[in-house]
Amino acid sequence: MKKNWPVLLLGAVLLIGLVLPLATGASAPGFYIEVLLGGLMAGVLYSLVALGFALIFKASGVFNFAQGAMVLFAALAVARLGEQMPLWAAIPLGMAIMVALAWLIERLVLRPLVNQEAIALFMATLGVTFFLDGFGQTVWGSDIYSIELGIAKEPVMVLQSVFQGGILVNKEDFFAAVVAAALVAGLALFFQMTPTGRALRAVADDHQAAQSIGIPLNRMWVIVWSVAGIVALVAGVIWGAKLGVQFSLSQVALKALPVVILGGFTSITGAIVGGLIIGVGEKMAEVFLGPILVKAFDLAGGGIENWFAYVLALLFLLVRPEGLFGEKHIDRV
Amino acid sequence: MTGPANGRAQRIGDVILALEGVSLAFGGVKALNGVSFDVREHEVRAIIGPNGAGKSSMLNVINGVYHPQEGTIRYLGREYHDMDPHEVALSGIARTFQSLALFKGMSVLENIMSGRNLKMRSNILLQALGIGPALREEIEHRAVVEGIIDFLEIQAYRKTPVGRLPYGLQKRVDLARALAMEPRILLLDEPMAGMNMEEKQDMCRFILDVNDHYGTTIVLIEHDMSVVMDISDRVVVLDYGKKIGDGTPDEVRANQAVIDAYLGVSH
Repeated sequence: MKKNWPVLLLGAVLLIGLVLPLATGASAPGFYIEVLLGGLMAGVLYSLVALGFALIFKASGVFNFAQGAMVLFAALAVARLGEQMPLWAAIPLGMAIMVALAWLIERLVLRPLVNQEAIALFMATLGVTFFLDGFGQTVWGSDIYSIELGIAKEPVMVLQSVFQGGILVNKEDFFAAVVAAALVAGLALFFQMTPTGRALRAVADDHQAAQSIGIPLNRMWVIVWSVAGIVALVAGVIWGAKLGVQFSLSQVALKALPVVILGGFTSITGAIVGGLIIGVGEKMAEVFLGPILVKAFDLAGGGIENWFAYVLALLFLLVRPEGLFGEKHIDRV
Repeated sequence: MTGPANGRAQRIGDVILALEGVSLAFGGVKALNGVSFDVREHEVRAIIGPNGAGKSSMLNVINGVYHPQEGTIRYLGREYHDMDPHEVALSGIARTFQSLALFKGMSVLENIMSGRNLKMRSNILLQALGIGPALREEIEHRAVVEGIIDFLEIQAYRKTPVGRLPYGLQKRVDLARALAMEPRILLLDEPMAGMNMEEKQDMCRFILDVNDHYGTTIVLIEHDMSVVMDISDRVVVLDYGKKIGDGTPDEVRANQAVIDAYLGVSH
C-alpha cells in the first residue's frame, strides 16, 4: 500500500478540484451540474473511442492507431448512406461495412505481419489510418455531412424548481449517453457470459495456450476488429450527429489516447472510467480553472480543454504507468 | 520392475500417431535430426532426454507450432502437413505447457470451460442472447467440466482466479483444461517440472488415472528420468536432436547410449 501514495495524492487533488467550485460558492449549483453533465457527455464519447483501442490492444497486442480513422470512416458511411435510405437501414449497412473492413484488415495487414515486432504492427495501423482517411473521402466525399437522428437539438430546461434557473439538458446528449452505456453494458456481458467472449479473453491472456485448445486466432481477430469497428460506428454516429461528419472527427482519437493511458491499455473498465474522468476533468478545468489562471497570470485564457487531458495522462504515467485498471507488467531484468 | 504397464498391456491398441524421419532446423541449428517413433492407442509414451535434446521441439512439432522441414507425421492413418495448433487441437490432440500458459485473469472454472470452446457449435448471436440451444449447450459442457473438476480434486478452487493458486495446483488446472477437450492424445510438457516430491506423486497418480479412466493416450516429456520410468509403457530417448533409444523402461535403462547421454562419457 505504501507505494500507492502518489496515486492517492493525485486522486485527492483531482477530487478537491472537482468539488472546490461548488464548496467555495464560486459557481451556482445549477451551473455546476450543467458543466458536470457536459463533461460526462463528452466523456462517454471519449470512452467509446477508447473502448475500441482497448478491445484491440487486449486481444491482439496491437495498438490500433486507426481507431479514429475508423470513427470517421463509419460516420461518413452512415451519413452518405443515410441520404439514400432511412437511418434504420443505413446503420446496419454501415455495421456490415465495418465488419467487412475488419475482415480485410485481418487478411491484408495482420495476417502477413503475424509474429512481427509490435512497432511494425503499429506502423501498419498508421498506414491503415491514412488509407481510411483518404479512401473514405474518395468514396463518400470530403464535405461536411449531417446525420439526423430525429431528436430535438434544442436544450430542455429541467429541475427548475430545485435550482435557480434550472439545468439545461440537451436531449441528444442524453440519448447518446444512454446508447453508449447500453453498448458498454452489452459488451461487458458478451465478454463475460458467452463462449466467444471467453475465447476472446483467452486469446488476450495467452495466444499460444488459446491456440492449443483449438481457438482460431485469425477468427478471433476478425471478431474483435469487427466489434471495434461497430463501437467506432456508434461513436461516429453520435459525434457526427452532434458536430457534423467532417475530417476533424478522426482527431477525436487523439483525445482517446490520454484516456487509455489513464485507464490502462488492457482494461475495458479503464477505458470507460478514464473517458469519464477526462471528459469531466477538462470541462471543469476549462470553466473553473481557466478564469483563475487568467486572473493570476494575466493570460489570454481559454484552450485548457485542449491540453488538460494530456497533462493529466502525463501525470498518471509518472505515478502509475500501467493506468488505473491496467495489468501491472513486471519485466525481469 | 515393469511398473503398472502389465495391468494395462492388453488395452494398448494400434499405432495412432507415427513420426517418420522428422527433421527440424532453426537456421543452422538442427533441433531434430531424422527422428522416427510411434505412439499406440491408450499407452503412456514418454520422451526423455537431457537439456537441449529436442524434447520440446518434438512436442511442438506434434502440436503444430513448428512445421518440420523433413519427415512425415501420420495421425489416425492420415498424414498431416503444416497444421496450425488450433487445427491440431480440433483433430483431438491436446497439450499442457511446461511454463504455465493458463489464462491468469480467469477463474479455474472458466479456464477449464475454455477447453470446451471448440466443441461449442451455437451461433455467436444466440450466444450473445444466451437463449435456446446456446444455453442448453453451456449447461451440457458445464456438466462435463464439473466431472473433470471432481476427477482432479480441485472442487474447492472452482471460482479462484488461477493466478492465485500455488504452482502444483496450476499445473493440475492446465491438465484439466486439456482434458476438457476430451482429446485422443494428450501431450504433457514436463508435467512434473518444478514440483516437490509429494506434488510429483500426485501428478503421476493423476496421469495414470486419466489414462485408465478416460482411456486417453498420453505422450509426456520429462527431464527427470526416475518418475517417467514408473509410469510409462514405452520411452523414447533423444540426445542432440537424435533418437538414441526406444523401448520399455527396462530396455531403455539398460541401453548404453542412454546411460552415456545422461551420465556423460569419459573420452
